[in-house]
Amino acid sequence: MNPASDVLVVGAGVVGSAIAYFATLEGLSVTVLERGLPASGTSSACEGNILVSDKEPGPELELTKYSLGVWKQDLAEHADLWEFEGKGGIIVASRESSLASLNRLTAAQRSYGVDARELSTHQLRDLEPNISPGALGAAYYPEDSQVQPMLAAAQLLRMARANGARFFPNTKVAGFLNDGGKVTGVRTSAGNFAAGAVANATGTWAADLAALAGANVPVKPRRGFVMVTEPLPPMIHHKVYAAEYVDNVGSSDAGLQSSPVVEGTPAGSILIGSSRERVGFDGTVSVPALRAMAENATELFPFLNKVKILRHYHGFRPYCPDHLPVIGHDERAPGLWHASGHEGAGIGLSVGTGKLMAQALAGKEPDLSLAPFAPHRFGGFQSGSTTIQEACA
Amino acid sequence: MSSSQHYDVAIIGAGPAGLAAAATAAERGARVVCIDANDQPGGQFWRHRPEDTHPEDDGSLHHDWKTYLRLRAGFDAAAAVGSLCFYPGRQVWMAQREDNGFTLRTTASAQAGRAAPGPQTVRATQLVVCAGGYDRQLPVPGWDLPGVMAAGGIQAFIKANGMLPGKRFVVAGTGPFLLPVAANIAEAGGAVAAVCESADLTGWFPHLATAARVPAKALEGTEYAKSFLKHRIPYRTRTVVTEVLGSDRVQAVRTAKVDSHGRTVQGSERLIEDVDAVGFGWGFTAQMELPVALGAETRVDDDGSLVGVVDSQQHSSVPGLYLAGEVSGVGGAALAVVEGVIAGRAAAASTAAQSSAAESSAADVRLARKAGTYRAFARAMHLAHPVPAGWQDWLRPETTVCRCEEVTAGDIAAAKEHLCATDARTMKSMTRTGMGWCQGKVCGFAVSCLAGTEGASAESLRSVAKRPVSVPVTLSELLTLEDEQVLETTTDH
Amino acid sequence: MSHKINATFNDRPLTAEDGTTVGAALMTNGVTSWRNTRKEGRPRGLFCGIGVCFDCLVDVDGEPNQRACMVRLTEGMRINGAEPDTAEEEA
Ligand SMILES: Cc1cc2nc3c(=O)[nH]c(=O)nc-3n(C[C@H](O)[C@H](O)[C@H](O)COP(=O)(O)OP(=O)(O)OC[C@H]3O[C@@H](n4cnc5c(N)ncnc54)[C@H](O)[C@@H]3O)c2cc1C
Ligand SMILES: Cc1cc2nc3c(=O)[nH]c(=O)nc-3n(C[C@H](O)[C@H](O)[C@H](O)COP(=O)(O)OP(=O)(O)OC[C@H]3O[C@@H](n4cnc5c(N)ncnc54)[C@H](O)[C@@H]3O)c2cc1C
Ligand code: FES
Repeated sequence: MNPASDVLVVGAGVVGSAIAYFATLEGLSVTVLERGLPASGTSSACEGNILVSDKEPGPELELTKYSLGVWKQDLAEHADLWEFEGKGGIIVASRESSLASLNRLTAAQRSYGVDARELSTHQLRDLEPNISPGALGAAYYPEDSQVQPMLAAAQLLRMARANGARFFPNTKVAGFLNDGGKVTGVRTSAGNFAAGAVANATGTWAADLAALAGANVPVKPRRGFVMVTEPLPPMIHHKVYAAEYVDNVGSSDAGLQSSPVVEGTPAGSILIGSSRERVGFDGTVSVPALRAMAENATELFPFLNKVKILRHYHGFRPYCPDHLPVIGHDERAPGLWHASGHEGAGIGLSVGTGKLMAQALAGKEPDLSLAPFAPHRFGGFQSGSTTIQEACA
Repeated sequence: MSSSQHYDVAIIGAGPAGLAAAATAAERGARVVCIDANDQPGGQFWRHRPEDTHPEDDGSLHHDWKTYLRLRAGFDAAAAVGSLCFYPGRQVWMAQREDNGFTLRTTASAQAGRAAPGPQTVRATQLVVCAGGYDRQLPVPGWDLPGVMAAGGIQAFIKANGMLPGKRFVVAGTGPFLLPVAANIAEAGGAVAAVCESADLTGWFPHLATAARVPAKALEGTEYAKSFLKHRIPYRTRTVVTEVLGSDRVQAVRTAKVDSHGRTVQGSERLIEDVDAVGFGWGFTAQMELPVALGAETRVDDDGSLVGVVDSQQHSSVPGLYLAGEVSGVGGAALAVVEGVIAGRAAAASTAAQSSAAESSAADVRLARKAGTYRAFARAMHLAHPVPAGWQDWLRPETTVCRCEEVTAGDIAAAKEHLCATDARTMKSMTRTGMGWCQGKVCGFAVSCLAGTEGASAESLRSVAKRPVSVPVTLSELLTLEDEQVLETTTDH
Repeated sequence: MSHKINATFNDRPLTAEDGTTVGAALMTNGVTSWRNTRKEGRPRGLFCGIGVCFDCLVDVDGEPNQRACMVRLTEGMRINGAEPDTAEEEA
């Protein structure tokens, strides 16, 4: 048996790393288990935006605002480690109808305390000189920010380790230990690990892990492609996307949805998204997705026509049917905690999630209520403890 | 329904393997398409002056030119009767599997000058990838100075342009290939200050003729030996270049001896001055992104390179996908030709209704025996020319490893130590190695070694070869992409 | 034999034998680098020589980022790149 710890974090993506770091700040002893290397899951197959702009008023927006505060205040001194950039976001409307819904969105967001400013086409062109002449109007969100997500995950983990957390890479959790219906640790390829609490931070694979404890956490993969261009001098200065994007994010349709999301990066390459489709863990290149993304991006920024892509990649967003993450203690399987299902916002939400989880794990009242994210909202109380025994048999 | 063209057999590459495969498949009745990034056939080995300005290449810079002329005659004859369609100057940037074959997406190799026309989408029932390879590189302080080139790059420069990219050269690295490079430099009128071979070759060089069981190759070896004597080229074994010096271009190199464990010997350093060109080659890296994208099984060969797994028919683990030449194991042009013939026959046979079984089985045995002999020779060469174990000793923290993104050895060591970046994929995430223009083609091997604990792991090499876009392509070209007809799916994780 | 091709590099005349690549034409005219790296401003020219490394990128007839080793020099071609001496000296 490996040494026991207060908290066992499963998964060293950005969410697991953030939990580990904040848990050490709470004085908890922490062990992190990861089947691969840090950020080898979705946290290295995404973009690093921290967006308030794409959120409708509701619990996710609350969590976003909280998390943004953690990035900007709690972690201010470390900002350079993950290339934090408060670049600002711009939503562009190219149709009268989308302009109207954009204006409705910004009004609602403003009433929630989001800094959302309507831009005239003139002002838009000042901020983004290369934008398409077809743009009818836009909204500007100065709070929208960006980090390099792989560095965020790996550096948060390094900071956790510096505070005493132990890290076991290449260690896959294959089952749970339990005692009288309570989760007391995990079984892995590297032996058993005992812990006061086990935090499931396995992102898109959270349902599999939860199932080992008999708990239903219906996280599913939602595939997205990103295209990366050749390095260019700065041509796009903010995170720029089209008003339809907000609808696509909120859609539960399994088919392909694509709307332009374009941004420059410090390295000079431009990242072009986005596509969303639920096709399981299918890693096959999709020509319709690439073509749709190219169409959308060149419509927004016509100069991109002649620009070359050097590569594309895809990831699987941890999607929950109600588009809310799963955060907190699982009453169906006592001792098991969850922090997953952040879908397309897990980077932005990670540090807020981590801090709130750490507070709750330390027995404190979290700064923000975790009730809307409760794992047992999916039901399935009854099967709890017996299934745990079966899983461990 | 679809405007793209459908062929029986598509061949990527018109080097030794591709030429042989194309000529063979066409001769056996298949409708063949061949696509090559270069403006004319020949590949790396038989690269030659442009045929429109220099129609009568005498082959003086080439070995086995007669074989080339013979393959080329077959290739041209097939093209003349329309059974072979050749698209030069175009690159396949993506290959996909479909329910009844393969879809290839092509783009012009250059957008300026004579941008080559050709179809954007090509479909074929069988695919033979003969994409060859390129010089494997190890970083060394100063290797990013102008004047430093890949050894093969110098060779290609001479063969394609009939002139030299410098006046006084040092050729360094390991492998028999350093010999023809140095010999060609000398024949073209350049001075070779030294050939630095890291391996200890007492045992076979200059006794290549007896060491090698392959007559043609042996002959080649003795020719180089003659050329070295004639041009007084110093050939230094167990010697490596540990630094290239110069301010804005190469001026000198520092060499050192390596011991029998491949570690540099303290105090053995020597300066070679007045050098304006350096060629490095540490064997070859096969161009694996298309086979990897198609899901072909791979293995790490005796030389440490990632190559495709094939059966005796050059058939990969993917139905209908054949690999020939360097992509199924680095082994020289003669082996590439034999493999190309085998793959061309097999690909044509599996599309054709009829095949003359009796005749082909005798030929099969002959070809297999020939390939076996060449492979044994290649294996001997690989084992005699390992990458020296101590190569990392000559790196300094500020030495550039990834040339595109300018990532240094120090950046890599820090990410390994602090961020657990112990494979090439994680190293890329943390430091940007391999994220630039070349997508890790140049630094991939070195980064895999530096990230790992015991050299380059198969996993690292495979992740480095994952390049879904094998050459950059414009967004406007994506706009007109025709849909694939993919039924197969591959599952990640 | 083949004739001479006249082109320009940064508006200065550049002459080379017909059939050479842009990269070879630059080299034989004494230009060994024509691109400065993004981060450190280091000079770059030909490296792999066969279209693999993208070190040799240059603007040809207004088309940016062409591989000099892959493009054949043609009459009147306008080649633009970094002047070798604009690269930062090594510290
Ligand atoms: C194309 C795309 C673009 C995106 N853009 C953004 C964006 O701009 N902003 C944003 O905020 N979000 C974005 N996202 C979403 C974001 O990437 C995810 O929400 C986030 O990475 C999830 O982090 P995680 O730590 O929960 O999961 P992961 O990073 O996937 O980490 C889970 C880890 O658990 C490990 N694991 C799984 N099972 C086991 C096991 N049994 N034992 C041990 N370890 C295990 C995995 O190996 C993995 O490392 C995007 C996603 C995609 C696909
Ligand atoms: C620069 C260089 C110079 C060399 N010179 C010598 C030498 O002088 N003597 C010697 O013994 N050996 C030499 N070699 C090794 C020799 O080239 C190989 O042993 C032999 O050529 C292998 O043949 P092949 O057909 O597998 O590949 P290659 O000859 O490399 O042919 C591959 C062909 O495929 C094309 N291709 C690759 N990818 C694509 C794509 N995606 N789309 C379209 N076309 C593509 C390439 O343009 C190339 O023409 C050299 C190698 C290199 C890299
Ligand atoms: S020299 Fe490498 S691409 Fe041209």
